[in-house]
Amino acid sequence: MVTSRRQFIKIGALGAGSLALAGSSFNLAKGSSILDKISGAGTGEPLRTPTYCEICFWQCAGWVYKDEDGKIQKIVGNDDDQHCNGRFCPRGTGGVGQYNDEDRLKTPLIRTREGDKESFREASWDEALDYIAGKMRAIAQKHGPECVALFTHGSGGAHFGQMMKAFGSASIAAPSFAQCRGPREVGFLTTFGDIIYSPERIDIRDTRCMVLIGSHLGENMHNGQVQEMSDAIDKGATIITVDPRFSTAAGKSKYWLPIKPATDLALLLSWIHVIIENEWYDKDYVERYTVGFEQLKEHVKTFTPEWAYGITTIDPNVIRETAREMHNAAPSVIVNPGRHVTWYGDDTQRLRAVAILTALLGSWGRRGGYYKPEKLHLPNYPVPPFPEPKRNPTQAYEGKYTLANEVVANGLCDATIPTVDRSCNYKAWIVNGTNLLAAFPNQANTLKAIDALELLVVVDTMPVEITGYADVVLPECTYLERYDMLRNSNHRQPNLALRMPAAEPKYNTKPASWIAQELARKLGLSAWFPWKNIEEMLDWQLKEMGSSLEEMKRIGVKNFPREADDLYFSPGEEVVFNTTSGKIELYSSDMESAGFEPLPVYTAHEEPPEGYYRLNYGRAPMHTFSRTANNPNLTDLMDENVLWVNPKVARLWGLETGQYIKLKNQDEKISTFAIKVRVTERIRWDSVYMVHGFGHNNKKLSRAHGRGINDTEMITRVHIDPVMGGTGMRGNFVTFITDFEKEGKEAEA
Amino acid sequence: MRYAMAVDTKKCVGCSDCVVACQTENNVPIGFCRDWVVEVTDGTYPQLEVEIRSERCNHCENSPCVRCCPTGASHYAEGGVVLVTPHKCIGCGACIASCPYDARYPHPDGHVDKCTFCLHNRVEKGLDPACVSVCPTKCMYFGDLDDPNSPVSKVLKTRKFKTLIPEAGTNPQLYFLI
Repeated sequence: MVTSRRQFIKIGALGAGSLALAGSSFNLAKGSSILDKISGAGTGEPLRTPTYCEICFWQCAGWVYKDEDGKIQKIVGNDDDQHCNGRFCPRGTGGVGQYNDEDRLKTPLIRTREGDKESFREASWDEALDYIAGKMRAIAQKHGPECVALFTHGSGGAHFGQMMKAFGSASIAAPSFAQCRGPREVGFLTTFGDIIYSPERIDIRDTRCMVLIGSHLGENMHNGQVQEMSDAIDKGATIITVDPRFSTAAGKSKYWLPIKPATDLALLLSWIHVIIENEWYDKDYVERYTVGFEQLKEHVKTFTPEWAYGITTIDPNVIRETAREMHNAAPSVIVNPGRHVTWYGDDTQRLRAVAILTALLGSWGRRGGYYKPEKLHLPNYPVPPFPEPKRNPTQAYEGKYTLANEVVANGLCDATIPTVDRSCNYKAWIVNGTNLLAAFPNQANTLKAIDALELLVVVDTMPVEITGYADVVLPECTYLERYDMLRNSNHRQPNLALRMPAAEPKYNTKPASWIAQELARKLGLSAWFPWKNIEEMLDWQLKEMGSSLEEMKRIGVKNFPREADDLYFSPGEEVVFNTTSGKIELYSSDMESAGFEPLPVYTAHEEPPEGYYRLNYGRAPMHTFSRTANNPNLTDLMDENVLWVNPKVARLWGLETGQYIKLKNQDEKISTFAIKVRVTERIRWDSVYMVHGFGHNNKKLSRAHGRGINDTEMITRVHIDPVMGGTGMRGNFVTFITDFEKEGKEAEA
Repeated sequence: MRYAMAVDTKKCVGCSDCVVACQTENNVPIGFCRDWVVEVTDGTYPQLEVEIRSERCNHCENSPCVRCCPTGASHYAEGGVVLVTPHKCIGCGACIASCPYDARYPHPDGHVDKCTFCLHNRVEKGLDPACVSVCPTKCMYFGDLDDPNSPVSKVLKTRKFKTLIPEAGTNPQLYFLI
């Protein structure tokens, strides 16, 4: 066992001295601060300020309301916002809990070493940023600025990204690609020459049939989609849910296909077979827009429902019937591409099959299928050209993941671990808004990379696990206390949304925009941050669009007219697709030339050994990733995850609902904490299920510590998608440990 | 005027947004709630049904809580909405024991608290109750049953519905669309 160079430090009772600041900041609401200028003051109207939510990536725009004492009372949706239509989800409504969370990071911290003992000491912003700038300069001198990588998720990315590019590094990655939606973007890009975007360009509100494959909308609280699914149910749309678990969506579906886990691709190929054999595809559309139909037809010839039955355990008649449902609804049918789709390592191929099915049904570019989204061409505040980085991030994984259209975050992580055959090793990470120890599977690998770093800077609002490994921790204020870049999203109508502070930053916290600008100043990079403050930059951008900061403070969201007149293809329209052939590629030339199967092929995945069960994980509507697990409002709704176990399995093991157990996986990894069993008919006997994002091991997360199991910790085996570097996480198997020393919450039970 | 609410179990996904929105709108202390979500599973794998309901005070026309309240704190307000007047409440808990729906809780300030249909803070201003206005699935319908054009009247005319524990004889005004 190698001793880690870097000890994990639990952030202690620090920042107590700065608590005094918090009290006084409340009073600003009544004083002469920002709030007078915003709205309502003196008009009898309640004070409200616009924001867009940062609790998840959906970024719904809303209003923050304050009471007479200037205290944030509630957050509600903005009626003009296409992301939320005036209705926030539970996480957005509970966003106030992030602001009120007393466990927040409160002041900058610097790691100090005295002999064997490492600890954090409080520092001023000036000192902390000087320290970082010094280290960054030294690393740039010794190794080159391109050896600094930024991992980010959320709004801070734009600010730190600007700083990175000015510094000379293009290694900017988000786990939202290779740990999440990457395979679907690449699957659709290689087929249609375009990606799905976020929010997804799927026209659920007008669909007649939606197929969900492992996607559990409703538990997965993608606000606009859940709303539109509800509208579609009202209008009588057919929902077909494919899931080994009887999800909430399955309960709303006409068909639930309780598929054997890891066999979805066989079902998709069989649907394609049925649709082609019965000539249920859109002949005109296929002829006009696609290439490779004959090869596809030949390829799926043997993939009969009876063939698929042996693999998926789905009744062949049900496969035919559901294919007919899709055909009857076509082109108003959505085979939902999902979002978190890094499952088994052949995920791009599975999403290719989804894309092919979509093309056969003619639903891309059609009402009730996929629409053409638009976003504004929002100019950036003029800055000098960025220096040419000496290395591209893709050089970190040279020759691999060649079809990835975004940076592969785990590729950068791997390239941080020194090896003899790689010249590019990262020496410093800046991590903003993502708890990489929960986002990346195979924690041992992540820790190995962290151990090799000369500098780890973590910018976050909460003392999440990754902060414990940092050299410097920078406390960001919450989204309710800051400006950020304008939200400029792809949607039915181009639109902008403003986030502005509803309150002064609590404690000694700062907005990412300020942190990045200040760090850039210390690095001598102010030329790339020429604005006085972010308000000036936003106002410049808004004026370019014929609006202003003043107007946006009043309205929060502004929708703009579309450039293209229609959301859909018009009948017979000539369309040139952004693929090699200019057509929809059923047979993918990009895949072929990159050395991958040009048509999706089903390969059997490993099955759990005797006494083990496949570990599946998912979402709960009141939590986002691991970042909300300590939010007082949201833990009030759900404060631990539970393990779904089929009653047959429970009988075999003598498990009862409410009992706490630990898990052990195929690599003998035993969970740190225990989890409560939920015996339920809603899950197959060959798998277990838990909600992601629990089992935090930092005691300073007082509500989240030790509650439930961290699924990421149990995902030690990763199946990498060779096409785009995705980390397949559903090939891990667990068994139960009922006899263990109880501690914490389970001891009380 | 008879205020009532209908909850569509075919649309509710149990996200609990109604619970948080009520807490922030009505300053319900963390750890307590005026509304909550119930999930009922029927059948065995793979023949299954799940019903999800957002529940709250049923604002019964024949309310045991009003009848048993010794001080008159629990009372019928406008439109039949059952309310508690905090300063009249002595916190004896008789209403909590009498409610077949377990819709009431002892507020840390010493009085009993429950759903008000947001009568004074929203409905009287022409707004829907907080839970109705926030629900992402729009599964809740609120309004006056005496008004045939109110959302709740209209939906109850076209959909099958049920009430909870009708045998208690309380005549609940919270309907569930099934």
